[in-house]
Amino acid sequence: MATKVFMEALSPTMEEGRLVKWHKQEGDAVKAGETLAEVETDKAVMDLIARADGVLRQVAVTEGQTVPVGSVVAVIAAPGESVGSPVTTPAAVTSGSGKAETGNVGVASTSAPVAVAPAQAVSGADTSRVKASPLAKRIAKEAGVDLKRVTGSGPGGRVVRRDLEAAGRGEQGEVRSVAASAAVQRSEPLPSPVSPVAARSGGAYEDVPLTQIRKTIAKRLVTSLGPVPHFFLTSEVDMERAAEARDALNPQLGDRGKVSFNDIIVKATALALTKHRACNAWFQEDHIRYWNEVHLGMAVAVEDGLITPVIRNADLKPLLEIGQEAKQLADKARSRRLQPSEYTGSTFSVSNLGMFDIDQFTAVINPPEAGILAVGTITPKPVVVDGQVVPRRRLRLTMSCDHRVIDGATGAAFLKTLKEMLENPLAMLL
Amino acid sequence: MPTLTYRDALNQALREEMQRDANVFLMGEEVGVYQGAYKVSRGLLEEFGPMRVVDTPIAELGFAGIGVGAAMVGLRPVIEFMTWNFAVLALDQIVNSAAKLLYESGGQLPIPIVFRGPNGAALQLGAQHSQAWESWLSHIPGLKVVAPATPADAKGLLKSAIRDNNPVIVLEGEMLYNTKGEVPEGEYVVPIGRADVKRAGRDVTLICHSKTVTVALKAAEQLAEQEGVSAEVVDLRSLRPLDEAAITASVAKTNRAVVVEEGWPHCGIGAQVVDVIQREAFDHLDAPVLRVTQADVPMPYNRQLERLAKPSPDKVVAAARRVLYLD
Repeated sequence: MATKVFMEALSPTMEEGRLVKWHKQEGDAVKAGETLAEVETDKAVMDLIARADGVLRQVAVTEGQTVPVGSVVAVIAAPGESVGSPVTTPAAVTSGSGKAETGNVGVASTSAPVAVAPAQAVSGADTSRVKASPLAKRIAKEAGVDLKRVTGSGPGGRVVRRDLEAAGRGEQGEVRSVAASAAVQRSEPLPSPVSPVAARSGGAYEDVPLTQIRKTIAKRLVTSLGPVPHFFLTSEVDMERAAEARDALNPQLGDRGKVSFNDIIVKATALALTKHRACNAWFQEDHIRYWNEVHLGMAVAVEDGLITPVIRNADLKPLLEIGQEAKQLADKARSRRLQPSEYTGSTFSVSNLGMFDIDQFTAVINPPEAGILAVGTITPKPVVVDGQVVPRRRLRLTMSCDHRVIDGATGAAFLKTLKEMLENPLAMLL
Repeated sequence: MPTLTYRDALNQALREEMQRDANVFLMGEEVGVYQGAYKVSRGLLEEFGPMRVVDTPIAELGFAGIGVGAAMVGLRPVIEFMTWNFAVLALDQIVNSAAKLLYESGGQLPIPIVFRGPNGAALQLGAQHSQAWESWLSHIPGLKVVAPATPADAKGLLKSAIRDNNPVIVLEGEMLYNTKGEVPEGEYVVPIGRADVKRAGRDVTLICHSKTVTVALKAAEQLAEQEGVSAEVVDLRSLRPLDEAAITASVAKTNRAVVVEEGWPHCGIGAQVVDVIQREAFDHLDAPVLRVTQADVPMPYNRQLERLAKPSPDKVVAAARRVLYLD
């Protein structure tokens, strides 16, 4: 019996996917679990996995083409099996971006050569009806999630709301297994699909189509600074003692790694949040969710945009572990290898532009989080200590607060605790 | 705000309405000299005299019919049945006269009458005297049916019932008469057809009325303590007309519902509520709606069996756990 291959929702927010590369060609034998193709989601490049054994037939999407989640991209049939009429070519959703990258995608976008009786395209295929509650169906439809990919936990395998929520958090079994298999197989970083370098010749300007990640950034950020009422609190922190602590620790660590200022800031932020739960919160439609766990998002610049991998339970992890994890996540982000479970679910975020010599800046809140900390560069400044002007290493922290959750004094109290911890690292032990 | 028993809240409503409108009168078995089998009419004979507080023979069909006749000529009778189990004898007057005359007279004969009395099981009264009649009565077009659970609702709904120009059935409860609650003084009416959220919650809606409101509230407490589940308790208060908007709004919020009633399951009030939910809140449902009812048997006389046959907080908690997929 033939099995349709769908463009699957490989990230919680994915609505469409660009087929980067087919690993199997028309007529190739495939086994369930093998990688059929690489798909660029709004966040990363993921593997599309075969869900049946057989022969790949009726490949309907060419490399570079972008199609909506849920579209049939091919069929897996038994050798020699008749699969009826070819599948309908899915409507290309962004022919522009395809064109910019491969130059030959016109083929697939509008010609739609094989639209014959789509209803019976693969007759007899995939007769298993997905059992889902009406609510789960509605949520899945709105989120563009293919219910076939979600394992139901209700009676008789019924998909219910909590299964979709779990899938969204990357906890759901099947979603995670797909993600995990993608991580194993690649070692070389993929090229970024579009490098927005300056136009070399020709016209006065160049229109660069939005990549998936840029589209997501655009979509996400206008849900933040516009609707979310931001306000900003800045505090200057004396980093002398943190620097002394770091200088004392690092020689002892030897080849076990190094502690960076960023690691200390992340750890202190997480600890300060445990004392100020009011800032470790999500604004939701009709309630505020105060988190008892601290999952710190860490903004990482990647070639094409930025992404916020998450250090989970950062308050509980030793400095060295935070440092190692931060480095691994940043490397994965830059090579576009992050799995959905690694960039979702943060409760507060930190953005550090210190390495770019930025004195201070204001960061845009990552909804539904209620706050983000913008970290500037550490720089020596003349300050007055005990009536004497002396040079001290100073750091400017700016917290953006969602005023619907955090009031001025609330944010200020958190920032004060954080400042105390950084100025006297022993306070982190309290 | 004064705290009154359910019984005294009804008494207050009767007294205030009889003071307010000379056409209002009370009639039934033992309502006068004996001051009511459950003392709801205490002091009324003394205040209003035997023309307006009328003791009747044990003849339900007869005095129900006298009431309908009085309503046809412009009076506003309140007919008390000692219990609704006895009112079965009067169903012909209620269903065939009171409910039909406005329709059959082409709108010429409104019947502003109230039929009231205790409904449902009390304790060990046996199968014939332990029945919940709301699904029978709510079935009939031409009747309105209310079933207040608290003293305040009892006062407010009885006043609305007396002022309504249609026949209104007021279902009270023998086990409710002694319950206490705050009751607003003076002019306080609860509109017919409005449900009331007796406890707000997020995770599951418990829909109930009359005595089962207490059952649902206890279940909600258990759910909060034992499961950390936030249950919303919606008291229907009126069974016809039914507050479909309130039911739908709550289920849209919680995505799950359990309907609790004293009656039997087959063609019960809960069946009607489930119909509303599947029709109006289909896309909000995360689980099938479950019902908790009396067991589908005549009420046992044996105390333990009777307890097992009735809806209980434990049964409601068990149903809520199922719709929450906690089992």
